[in-house]
Amino acid sequence: MKLITFAGPPSSGKTSVLLKLINEINHTSKKAGVIKFDCLYANEAKEFEKIGVPVKIGLSGGICPDHFFVSNIQEGIEWGIKQRLDFLFTESAGLCNRCSPHIKDILAVCVIDNLMGMETPKKIGPMLRMADIVVITKSDIVSQAEREVFAFRVMQANIKAKLLFVNGISGQGSNELLSLVSEAIDTITLDGSRLRFSMPAALCSYCLGETKVGSEYQVGNIKKIDF
Amino acid sequence: MFEEIKRKELLLLWKDFPQVAKYITNYGINIPESSGMSLEDYLNNISEETYEEIGIDRISLLVNIEGFVEKSEASTSVEDNIESITIIGGYDKSGNKEDIEFELTVGSITGIVGPTGSGKSRLLADIEWMADKDTPTGRQILINGKIADKKSRFDPQKKLVAQLSQNMNFVMDASVGEFIQMHAESRFVTNADKAVKEVICNANKLAGESFSESVPLTSLSGGQSRALMIADVAFLSSSPIILIDEIENAGIDRKMALSLLVDKEKIVLISTHDPMLALLADKRIVIRNGGISQIIQTSKEEISILSKLENLDNKVQSLRNQLRRGEKIKF
Repeated sequence: MKLITFAGPPSSGKTSVLLKLINEINHTSKKAGVIKFDCLYANEAKEFEKIGVPVKIGLSGGICPDHFFVSNIQEGIEWGIKQRLDFLFTESAGLCNRCSPHIKDILAVCVIDNLMGMETPKKIGPMLRMADIVVITKSDIVSQAEREVFAFRVMQANIKAKLLFVNGISGQGSNELLSLVSEAIDTITLDGSRLRFSMPAALCSYCLGETKVGSEYQVGNIKKIDF
Repeated sequence: MFEEIKRKELLLLWKDFPQVAKYITNYGINIPESSGMSLEDYLNNISEETYEEIGIDRISLLVNIEGFVEKSEASTSVEDNIESITIIGGYDKSGNKEDIEFELTVGSITGIVGPTGSGKSRLLADIEWMADKDTPTGRQILINGKIADKKSRFDPQKKLVAQLSQNMNFVMDASVGEFIQMHAESRFVTNADKAVKEVICNANKLAGESFSESVPLTSLSGGQSRALMIADVAFLSSSPIILIDEIENAGIDRKMALSLLVDKEKIVLISTHDPMLALLADKRIVIRNGGISQIIQTSKEEISILSKLENLDNKVQSLRNQLRRGEKIKF
């Protein structure tokens, strides 16, 4: 089974791109499944089920979604193998821009869109910088010039990545994306695998449920602005 | 070159390679203008903790800097110019062979016609992907008569097709001048100021109403936006092929726009069912059921229809101008 991690800021078009990509896979003899990681709410299960795709939703609630992702991914693989999938896609939203869900040797895709603003590629950390493939969406509504500048900025953030424009509505580019994800290696287990970059650290009093404001309530991994 | 840059003292780095120094600051690393240290030593001295904070490790950062230096070198060297694109037929949706092989050369205008869903987008996607019998149509695209290097498929600076359509808008919060400057910089243009002037001056020749470089991009009218997009594509886009997907007739001189693109040696494709636009093409590709069914040369008779249409259009344009000037209209 090929495991591929999809990550990207909220509303960048991850689900739309995945739906179009899996549509292409459904035209072959291969079978794809999805695990969607989110924080509070995810109603995309229906859309995947509609095209006959096994889907699992995991809501992280009050926990850092990245940490939640990595603590569940091994069980996710076991689920995928049991479902006899050829492709297992994990979808996770990068919420803090320092998110770092990509795993060494596992094909990593970052989805971002043209409407996010020209400074965004600089602001996204390992999720963009460490990806193997960067998919850019919403290209059909902005000017060619903006597309070129945005792609240039993405390239500046991640020189090695393969850059692909995919239209999440018409599906243009999804066939090309399929040829790229088909090159992913087969994965049986992630036991002992490593993340490509450390995840954002936490563990201060607020992680443990503190709600009061003020220095005396702050214990643990605390960082201060130099005012 | 990268080795040289790594050994540069920081002050000299800012002086000789300001783009590289600026690039590194994108990662949230301040490159001081004097410290007596070389770039390599400076980056080696940054603590692991700091790297973790900014979300990149030292090795990846060096790899990215090296890549950036290579890209900027590549863009200033003379590359193989694209002279022609050859389309070798594949199969239509029913599996019938497209018995066709034809060439698009620089400075030519070709129309693409066919009903919605007939496969126009697929043809363009095949061209953009430099298909090598590996897309659903089985078509093959040759560049200057040769099979293209697969690596350039994912390189944004080697994209074959630039697109213009009437659904596209400027969304960026910047003035016209600032934005064109940004585009010129991303293309590593040496004299960016000159390029900005050239683009804006030509855009104004195409636009019905002129605009200055200090105007916000998002406040341009439809015609002005389109004029700026075309001038920008003509002067600053690296893509040899320009696809025009229907452009409105108002507020822009379309004939002059096309001749600008032709002068800049672009391969122009127009997907349109507007006769005034379609007849400006030398020939047109007819798409049916996912395949190219025929290629029609624009005939003398059709060209004579075009001049009648143009007369009619000029008439309508003059009425439009009369309205704009606050006059009563006369026909």
